[in-house]
Amino acid sequence: MNMTQARRGDLKTNKQTYSPRRVQDYLTIAFFLAPAFILFLVFLVYPIFRSVYFSLFNWNGLGPAVDFIGLDNFKQILTDTIFMRAVGDCLLIVVLSLCLQLPLALALAIMVGRDLPGRAFFRTIFFMPYVLSEVITAIIWLGLLNPDPSRGFINALLILIPGIQAQTFLSNIHEVMACVFIVLTWKYFGLHLLLYLAGLQNIPKEVEEAALIDGANKWQLTHHITIPLLGSTIRTTIYLSVLGSLTQFPLVWIMTKGGPVNASEVMATYMYRFAFVRFQLGYGSAVALVMLLICLAFSVGFLRLAGQPDYLGGI
Amino acid sequence: MAANSYRRSDVFKKNLPRFFQYLVLSFVTLIFVVPIVILVFGSLKTRGEMFSFPYTPPNPPQWDNYVQILSMSSFWLMLRNSVVVMLFSTAGVLIICSLAAFVFARIQFRGKDLAFNFLTLGLMFPITVAIMPVYLVVRQMHLIDTLLAVILVQTAFGLSGNILILRGFFLAVPVELQDAASIDGCTAFDFFWRILLPLVRPALAAVGALTMIVSWNDLLTPLVLLNSDKLWTLPLGTMQFQGEYSSNLALMSAFVALSAVPAIIFYLFAERQIVAGLTAGALKG
Repeated sequence: MNMTQARRGDLKTNKQTYSPRRVQDYLTIAFFLAPAFILFLVFLVYPIFRSVYFSLFNWNGLGPAVDFIGLDNFKQILTDTIFMRAVGDCLLIVVLSLCLQLPLALALAIMVGRDLPGRAFFRTIFFMPYVLSEVITAIIWLGLLNPDPSRGFINALLILIPGIQAQTFLSNIHEVMACVFIVLTWKYFGLHLLLYLAGLQNIPKEVEEAALIDGANKWQLTHHITIPLLGSTIRTTIYLSVLGSLTQFPLVWIMTKGGPVNASEVMATYMYRFAFVRFQLGYGSAVALVMLLICLAFSVGFLRLAGQPDYLGGI
Repeated sequence: MAANSYRRSDVFKKNLPRFFQYLVLSFVTLIFVVPIVILVFGSLKTRGEMFSFPYTPPNPPQWDNYVQILSMSSFWLMLRNSVVVMLFSTAGVLIICSLAAFVFARIQFRGKDLAFNFLTLGLMFPITVAIMPVYLVVRQMHLIDTLLAVILVQTAFGLSGNILILRGFFLAVPVELQDAASIDGCTAFDFFWRILLPLVRPALAAVGALTMIVSWNDLLTPLVLLNSDKLWTLPLGTMQFQGEYSSNLALMSAFVALSAVPAIIFYLFAERQIVAGLTAGALKG
């Protein structure tokens, strides 16, 4: 305790020592920060302002944008039932992730604990899909989810259960989102598990031992000690999971292209379709901005409600 | 108290949960492994075998698919493009982020917090959200259909998170070291280059490994920014190949498996670095 305080004091006095004494320091700062700032401004900040401008035009990307239509693009987006459907599908993935994917990963992490023999092996296996690209994941699952039971492995398993018939999965408007969610879970489960396992590692063993000595049972231990102490990790995974769900693109695009009949449309596939398939760049810009606002609103709201997750705060 | 019954329940209590734990873990392992195994099985079959027995073990394994893919010049071209993009993006991220992180961790100046918060704003919107605006600007710069554009965009979107991670690692290096160095006449850059960077090599490895994976797997940036098939990266090429060869599932499986191999080998070797990078980005410390 005293040590850390003393150290903090040190840092404070050092602050004065490190305030720029010479022009050289300013030069260092400028040269060191310039590349990051230039790239950031050119490829993140400037594009967004650019697309604010183009979102006010009906523009197909050929020649200059001249057909100024004001906020009509935004009006059209917000009244388009397909876009609403896309938002709804994104929210569905968010809710399913938060209610199923994260709790399952958390439960498995707590079950594995910190000293199960072979823990590293299982972690390696579960994390493997995260390392595979979305393209590979999507193609693998396209095969597994083939509606023909003699071709698709999942159906081959299903028809072994009496009373269950082969399902059409990705070409069924009622099943397609469930399938997308299962594939997403397969891909990202390992990431969340990994983060929880690392979080568990950070909980001092003594705390749990003390609780056990005080007579806490396993459930009480998990409920009152482990989960509260994992709080910041859980916040981080929620943040990553929601942001990821809102912006998911490659898996959905390769597996379903948003179909059948827009049943699996997500915001990113909607945006991609208008911007890069139909080449309505004005409209596409507007969709991108709406997505950006939704993500930003979530981020700001989340930080307000849940406090700064470590992911965004100082380490 | 009967010692005997106590001991028996103790043994029971100790072993039953372990058994249960391994049972659950084995079941979950199957879910993660079976899809990959089926892919590999499929890639080792002839087209006919794949059609009639799609998910049985290949007997005997047919390596023709692999030979066929490996003799396609387009596969090697894609591999080369992916490697080029990955190496330059990773180098870019490492250099630019460590320079910036050094300033944020070690030099005081007015407006530092503001600058830092500004640069980490990028965490709030993933590349999917920004790809449409980015496309417009890349087009304006006449960089469409160049690998340079992909590299620049991937680097730009890697900045926020990695500056944050590296700053954390740099802050952990004792200040006294810099004092000593500056007394000995070390300039800020000398300290950064000769003392700090060698010290944080594990952190650089973690950031590097993670950036490599992200770049290697990125589909959206090349998909939007590249047109000509000579420049396709592996994920983009795999996606196109899947559309083209959907009738020859065995050949497609081999292509997918081969494009997964580099990532898996890299993962098995660099797992510790990747995990360190992820947890440093997401957790305290």
